[in-house]
Amino acid sequence: MYVILAGGGKVGTNVTRSLLESGHEVTLIEQRRDRFERLEAEFGHVAMLGDATEISVLERAGIGRPPDLLLAVTGDDEDNLVISQIAREGYGVAKVIARVNDPRNQAHFDLLGITLTVCATSGILGLVEHEVPEHGLVRLLELRREGLEVVEVQIAAGDPSAGKPVAALQLPEGSRLISVMRAGKAEIAVGATILEPGDQVLAILEPGKEDELRHALIRA
Amino acid sequence: MIGCGRVGSAVAIQLAAEGWDVTAVDEEEGALARLGSGWKGGFVVGHGMDVEILGRAGIDKADAVVVATSGDNTNIVVGQVAQKRYGVGCVVVRLLDPRRAEFYARLGLRTICPTQTAISFLTEAVRACDAPPLEPARAS
Repeated sequence: MYVILAGGGKVGTNVTRSLLESGHEVTLIEQRRDRFERLEAEFGHVAMLGDATEISVLERAGIGRPPDLLLAVTGDDEDNLVISQIAREGYGVAKVIARVNDPRNQAHFDLLGITLTVCATSGILGLVEHEVPEHGLVRLLELRREGLEVVEVQIAAGDPSAGKPVAALQLPEGSRLISVMRAGKAEIAVGATILEPGDQVLAILEPGKEDELRHALIRA
Repeated sequence: MIGCGRVGSAVAIQLAAEGWDVTAVDEEEGALARLGSGWKGGFVVGHGMDVEILGRAGIDKADAVVVATSGDNTNIVVGQVAQKRYGVGCVVVRLLDPRRAEFYARLGLRTICPTQTAISFLTEAVRACDAPPLEPARAS
């Protein structure tokens, strides 16, 4: 397939190398001359000097073909957003993946319809939360397009849900328990499932309902 | 007013003089000086991409948002956020690059491109020169 990459930093360089090794056709756009020269030394004509937010630069890179995939992985979120929008809305590129540098900008990407995003900071923070849960509720998966998320909750002795069947819990609207993991075995949660201390419960919910769900299941 | 440089500050002052309640946002604290010592409007230090800053500037109550920072891409994103997230009816965005200005105008953003204006005026000025050929002044 044909791939255009915008941004020749560490991410762009490593992804380019891997894509070339798998036999794909790649153009890598980098605007800083010093970086470009290093990229050109390694990748030859694959590297291209220019500002990928300029439409003429994208056109020279073959945005009009259009590419099967465009990756906007510069260090600037506003640039990644604009590159993604031009590719999608202007040239009908079917698959656009954008890098989010500052997780606070994630909402802007969602707002402007750039749904495939990767944010290293959020990923690392997610892992930190998983390894060192602070609020008893770990976010495992965000289903951005569906507007839902999957979280994990650990039930402890004395929690309001311990010893109760799922049907008796005051779960917030827009949330549902999926499964209960006990002694290494998972079971689908049904109304009659009784929660016990030590259980790891998976729940699916609408974002924003985390606090209500937490109050229903564990001590705040 | 997002971006309080030469253009942003002058527009802010002009609109305030016409009775608008104006708040300017700029990353640089020093930009406040461009609004003059008698500035009665608001001023918030921060980046326009930051929704907390936009909230502090009162974007949810704004009738109009003008975006004129030095970065075209910042202006594009902030303008769309004002339009789509906060539902501001009148959003005007200054873009220096004519191609991006044209592209985003097609996507429904009200873009103003001073570069395109300069191109048109300069071209027009040269055409005007061409009309009556100027006779070089001769010494008699």
